[in-house]
Amino acid sequence: MSLSRRDFLKLATVAAGGTAISVPIFKSVMAMGKKPETVASNIPTFCEICFWNCGEIARVENGKVVKLEGNPTDPSSRGKLCARGNAGMGSLYDPDRLKHPMLNVGKRGEPKWKKVSWDEALGFIAEKMTKIKATYGPEAVALISHGTGGSFWKYLLKAYGSQNSTAPSFAQCRGPRDIGYTLTFGAGPGSPEQIDLANSKFIVLIGAHLGENAHNSQVQDFVEGIARGAKLVVVDPRFSTAAGKATWWLPIKPGTDIALLLAWINIIVQEKLYDKEYINKYAIGLKELKEEVKTYTPEWASKETEIPADIIVETVREMSRYKPSVVVHPGRHTAWYGDDTQRSRAMAILTALMGSWGREGGYYFPTKVAGIPEYPNLPSPPEPQRLKLSGDWPYAVEATTTSLRKTTITGKPYPVKGWIAYDCHILKTLPNQKETIEAIKNLDLMVVVDVLPYAHIDWADVILPECTYLERYDDLKVGKGKVLSVTIRQPVVQPMYESKPSWWMVRELGIKLGLEAYFPYKDIEEYLKARLDAKSIRFEELKEKGTITFPDTANPFITSGNEPEFDTDSGKIELYSKALKEQGFDPVPKYKRPEMPPEGYFRLLYGRSPLHTFSRTVNNQWLWELYKENELWINAKRAKALGFKNGEYVVLINQDGARSNRIKLKATERIREDCVYMVHGFGHNSKETKKAYKKGADDQSLITRYAIDPLMGGTGMRVNFVKIIKEA
Amino acid sequence: MPRYAMVIDQRRCIGCMACVVACKRENNVPEEHYRTRVVEIVEGTFPKVRMELRPELCNHCKNAPCVYNCPTGASYKKEDGIVLVNKKRCVGCKACIAACPYDARFIDPRNGAAHKCTFCEHRIKEGKEPACVTTCLSRARIFGDLDDPQSIVSKICAEKHLRILIAEAGTKPSVYYLSLQPLT
Repeated sequence: MSLSRRDFLKLATVAAGGTAISVPIFKSVMAMGKKPETVASNIPTFCEICFWNCGEIARVENGKVVKLEGNPTDPSSRGKLCARGNAGMGSLYDPDRLKHPMLNVGKRGEPKWKKVSWDEALGFIAEKMTKIKATYGPEAVALISHGTGGSFWKYLLKAYGSQNSTAPSFAQCRGPRDIGYTLTFGAGPGSPEQIDLANSKFIVLIGAHLGENAHNSQVQDFVEGIARGAKLVVVDPRFSTAAGKATWWLPIKPGTDIALLLAWINIIVQEKLYDKEYINKYAIGLKELKEEVKTYTPEWASKETEIPADIIVETVREMSRYKPSVVVHPGRHTAWYGDDTQRSRAMAILTALMGSWGREGGYYFPTKVAGIPEYPNLPSPPEPQRLKLSGDWPYAVEATTTSLRKTTITGKPYPVKGWIAYDCHILKTLPNQKETIEAIKNLDLMVVVDVLPYAHIDWADVILPECTYLERYDDLKVGKGKVLSVTIRQPVVQPMYESKPSWWMVRELGIKLGLEAYFPYKDIEEYLKARLDAKSIRFEELKEKGTITFPDTANPFITSGNEPEFDTDSGKIELYSKALKEQGFDPVPKYKRPEMPPEGYFRLLYGRSPLHTFSRTVNNQWLWELYKENELWINAKRAKALGFKNGEYVVLINQDGARSNRIKLKATERIREDCVYMVHGFGHNSKETKKAYKKGADDQSLITRYAIDPLMGGTGMRVNFVKIIKEA
Repeated sequence: MPRYAMVIDQRRCIGCMACVVACKRENNVPEEHYRTRVVEIVEGTFPKVRMELRPELCNHCKNAPCVYNCPTGASYKKEDGIVLVNKKRCVGCKACIAACPYDARFIDPRNGAAHKCTFCEHRIKEGKEPACVTTCLSRARIFGDLDDPQSIVSKICAEKHLRILIAEAGTKPSVYYLSLQPLT
């Protein structure tokens, strides 16, 4: 912000009037004709536009954030930010932001908002929560969260007596692969994924579209690996950006990935292409595996996957040439078909056969050193009285969103009467929006904590406007990769409007709930200082540097002095899982052909754009400008046969009659004929988010059907079929 | 005197658009306008498809048509090779926009003057790289001084076969491309 000449003249007039001349104005007069000096500072913090949480430095000029750049010392960003991170101030300065706490004095779904004070809003919530606890028990209040501030809410719920903190990152996203890998190796692939892509010689992406999901450091490593000559197999019904870099693009028939994986595994064990020494030393179940997969020939898999048999053979033989420097990327959003844990198991088994777990160019072991201790001497939360809502799924290690939703509808095994949705657009995140709304209608309390008024706020009783990540402190980001790192989030500017950070809301609400013993610190700075003190890190130093790393704290690869440990029942890599057998599941993954789209229908696939994070950035000026609406990718030949033109607007109707907003058609050679694809997160129906309003279609509105993973309760969402009609 | 150049390694570009947004924020580029972009070119028919990702920006030509077509002298070339616009002299006649074969310029609706990439001259003065280079996740953009034989751009120019865009225009760009099989 600079003073214009006219502003300056106004000041000069005041000065000439001789009344109340303050020193700064006098100085301005003296500086006549010169540009006013810019007051600038560079403040480190970390990003929240996505969960990669990149360390960054904000340039603030005259109180305004003008630029964000990666912090070179942070392992997630290494001095670089993706398009979304660069656009972070678009969230801060979004004119549509939630500005005040509000109470819904109308109905849920047809809200009438009344501006209230923080005291009134939090008082309302405290009263309801107290009543729910007295009537139904503390477990009747649950959290659905995504994002760094969620940890404060989770803590509050624990102190209140509820373990029902859920996150869509489990059942709708990473859960299946984390369980599949844990069943095999005794540990998940981690987040960020512990893959040594930069040194890999052979990379396999199955549905993962790196580059379109711009997970910063991972994309950096991926490109580095490719640039150094790694071979790349991309298995994807769509010619993704990554496929454009691939040695082999395998345009697989959607839903048949397990057939390909089992054929690969069969060839490996038949032709003894596996890492013999590694398997002998670290794995069990090779004999059983061989027996279980022997019928999965390349010819059989070719019929299922529509990938030529010779390509199946060629790719796996090539892969084995480069073992153990092979990364079979574990994927991230893996809730596709309901057999996803088993697909992840197959990927983990393939990884094991290549000997790449704990090997350079494969998977690395994260640092084992202890992170940052919790705040000292916090009181223990009350003993849980009832089981958390993880459903009947034996490997649901946490309460799941969908079990919570089902319980809220049925009241079984116990009633749920309060939801807090933190930074999570529950209608866009969970499949079957009708079920979500049905559950909300059963609640006595629905709280939404968010930055923007996307459509889910319409279902709230109370809205708590959170300040953006650039205006607040949050808990520490402790990175456990090849090094241990600690990154701080701190306000780079003061909160706008009446918005507040979560730590403050939670503390105030906690006190109103009579839980002050759980908040012995007066503010977040005291809290952070105490945590850092325990690791001998100076708060002020961290504030100045943004990130502090502890080098040489990891031993990433297997050596004679660094033998791996596998936290499985057998203590070894389990190619064959007795534990699964005992639970009544397949000890080695089996292939079952999924239901295929009926005549005239396409399978609906969805994914990411590097310009958006889920549904949350569509209203961001700088990102919206570059990608305002999603498009429906359809094979060009099919589009022509159906009489559709590239660029025209169409509407989708799914197998259950659910109808989408209009969406622009993209006729392309980059996709198979049996499926269509769109970027997830569009089709916002709230007029309050002016830029996002009615732009593109909402994939989730068409995902009325989902396939539950019987191992861990994941919701496979690629089981919906759509037909395309002209826009009416 | 330095001679600034950029090499774009298209084999590395992953189309993440970080450069586009970083440039926009660094240079306060007006709404719906860009100083740089990433062009996506697709060839072939399913399943034999090829794709090229091509970041584009002002080529800071040695033989710059925008400069010699500018009637007021607003467009000029510095000794270090950077092509700039003197806003005070620009009358918004668009001769430069018509002359530029790279579609690298536009009129800034806020002041009516031609607007373009400056190679982030202000950052170079501070010893930094252009914003698009600093943020490039894939390190596809490499910036440096061709008069410094030790610079990475000099070494690449010496070792690799580089191409320039629309060579037939005779503009002698300072932006070079490293690509395997460019598509048309």
